Amino acid sequence: MDWHFVFSQALTQAIGPTMLVYALGAIGLNLQFGYTGLLNFGQAAFAAAGAYGLALGVVAFDLPFWLSILIGLGAAMVLALLLGIPTLRLRADYLAIVTIAAAEIVRRLARSTVWAEWTGGSDGMRGFSETFFELSPFPKDATWSLGFVSMENGRLTVDLWLVDFQYSNRDLWIMTVGWILVAIFLVILRLLVHSPWGRILRGIREDEEALRSLGKNVFAYKMQALVIGGLIGAVAGFVFALSRANVQPDTFTTDLTFYFYVVLILGGAARLFGPLLGAAIFWFLYNLLSQTLNQAVRADLIPDAMLSTTQIGPLVFFLLGLGMVLLLIYRPQGILGNKRELMLDVR
Amino acid sequence: MLSTALVGLIAVLGVSGSAQAQADLGVHGTLENQQDEPIAGAEITVTDASGSEIATATSGEDGTWQVPLEAEGTYTVTLDESTLPDGLLVRNGRPQLEVEVVDSDRTVLFPLDTQLAPGVTPQDPAEDPTGTTEEPAEEATPDTEADADAEADAAPELEGEGGATRAVSLLFSGLHFGLMIALAAVGLSMVFGTTGLTNFAHGDLVTFGGVMALLVNVIIGLPVWAAVIGAVVAGALFGWIQDWGLWGPLRRKGTGLITMMIISIGVAMLIRFATLFFVGGERRLYTQYVGQDPWDFGWLVITPKEVYTGLFALAVCIAVGLGLVYTRLGKATRAVADNPSLAESTGIDVNQVIRLVWTIGGALAALSGVFLSINDGVKFDMGQHLLLLVFASVVLGGLGTAFGAFVGSIIIGVFVQMSTLVISPELKYVGALAVLIVIMLTRPQGILGRRERIG
Repeated sequence: MDWHFVFSQALTQAIGPTMLVYALGAIGLNLQFGYTGLLNFGQAAFAAAGAYGLALGVVAFDLPFWLSILIGLGAAMVLALLLGIPTLRLRADYLAIVTIAAAEIVRRLARSTVWAEWTGGSDGMRGFSETFFELSPFPKDATWSLGFVSMENGRLTVDLWLVDFQYSNRDLWIMTVGWILVAIFLVILRLLVHSPWGRILRGIREDEEALRSLGKNVFAYKMQALVIGGLIGAVAGFVFALSRANVQPDTFTTDLTFYFYVVLILGGAARLFGPLLGAAIFWFLYNLLSQTLNQAVRADLIPDAMLSTTQIGPLVFFLLGLGMVLLLIYRPQGILGNKRELMLDVR
Repeated sequence: MLSTALVGLIAVLGVSGSAQAQADLGVHGTLENQQDEPIAGAEITVTDASGSEIATATSGEDGTWQVPLEAEGTYTVTLDESTLPDGLLVRNGRPQLEVEVVDSDRTVLFPLDTQLAPGVTPQDPAEDPTGTTEEPAEEATPDTEADADAEADAAPELEGEGGATRAVSLLFSGLHFGLMIALAAVGLSMVFGTTGLTNFAHGDLVTFGGVMALLVNVIIGLPVWAAVIGAVVAGALFGWIQDWGLWGPLRRKGTGLITMMIISIGVAMLIRFATLFFVGGERRLYTQYVGQDPWDFGWLVITPKEVYTGLFALAVCIAVGLGLVYTRLGKATRAVADNPSLAESTGIDVNQVIRLVWTIGGALAALSGVFLSINDGVKFDMGQHLLLLVFASVVLGGLGTAFGAFVGSIIIGVFVQMSTLVISPELKYVGALAVLIVIMLTRPQGILGRRERIG
């Protein structure tokens, strides 16, 4: 077994484009769930709204890239308002049910054949990312090397002897933008949650009635948190769509939302860097497990009858799900979390 | 589902048919699955009006098949469903088509899918209006006209008597579907009523039932009725074990409800991925009752399996209802749902009651899973999709009330199936989920719920 390859892959992915999608989605969720206590089980729908807004704008309506980005953000905002107005006055689990249902509605509408000539049905859309990649400052044919860092035909390799990191030209540009976005949102979130506004959000999480008795409009604050978190979710959708250069309805299932929760809770909810740490660890573990199993099956260390290559995916997600359940039972505050901050209850 | 795509496909094939073989008399077609991939190796038999077999064709690598004919007349084209790849069947439940061949090569298409089209009950071929126009491009293949989807979308002229029959058939298949939802919803609602937990894993208990029956029926090889019993016992046991090993200890630990809710999503994923691991991603069918000749009452066409499973489900729901009203345990359950502390202080063992609720809930969900699978086959994500309808039903009826869940399920089941009269069948779930959101807006406590619950 090629442990060098396994660890290199896992570490490469742990700070790579997909991890950034999870981090961004979870940062949005952190504001909603971690700080405000809103059970948004439809974060995948916000990501889908962003991704589809962008893709539809460019591909179906021939609009400029940046205008399509605005459409994606607008779609996420409308979605947040639509979900929030009926449910934010009700108890927390109602929001959970409605958001999970809405996410399913969005996905089914997106894969419907009724408007497949625009949305592409279950095949989704492609061909909206050119403008974005044209902006890339990384030359496609650069070849140089400097110590342990080398670039070959636009492919960056950082060779640290024990492990190496490898990124394609497109990955580099996505990661640059993605990490800048993560940094921006973390700064914004830090400023927000340490402001009086952020304290009110945490107050709502702990005791809504107390805040109401202070004359605060709880509904408005919850709505603001839902909208801002949803917009960050839409940005996660942008990065997701651009990094894969396509959008597909079936990538925005409830499972995606659940992975956002895994990431958030693993890192520690209501902690600024929780989602970032959680995303890195989650995606590292996912890649480590699947690469290890893949290698083991290929090297015949695990007999074919016990595990075939198509079963590796389900097995890895099963193990991660199991880890998640155990984490919630034994350490619900996650790695960075503070147990006193998360004594959530709906009754 | 895919009605527009199907119509498009037919138009294309019709045109190519006309260009290709005007002179030759015969029938031909292309078999494609729902992803438009060709199906090779399926057998198609053509018999003439007197019932004698003329030829058997096998579809080629590109999915095409053809049978040349010598005389004009009416022929029966039969697709042998057992030669299709596992899990595929003819979506409109009509593997046998009667075609009239008049001086041209006739296109015959079978819409293939992994499940019967929602609301489609197989029809008697004799009733079918066969196209007799001579121009192949316009000559609609018989299955389009019979295909429920196409009929609803593209052929308003078929309203009237056919529309009424279809509405009645949809009503009955809606009632059947509603009863299946009810079996799952009653359990979900009782668990919520007694513990306050919104169990996102309940849909996967439904899948679990289907899978257990698959184990008994396909792996062990017992008949389906034994599989039903096996699945219900396994479901009850699974519910009991879940409460004993997971939810009970969590309640004792004082874990918050939101944490438990997220744990339930984790449990749902565990069950789903375990199913995917062992069963695989394709739809699996039981060995019996897969294709069944329907009963035709003229105004209603329904398969016997739907009638029997529906009646059985209704009986079970009534039994649970009577049990809740008249037995000591039922009263205790309602008492706990009403006010756990008060119930405890009157000497009711709350944890015992909750464990019973989990056991019964697991058994009912498993029953629902088997019955659904008898119709549509087992797939790892079947419960996940059902769950949202179960939520819609439970919220419509009133969260936490067993009777509300029943009423809500029937309404949602009928609504989902009947809505295919107006909207594309692939969007029927969307309609039900939109209803869920509208109820939240207007009457969040549901039909039978009480205002105070929603606080």
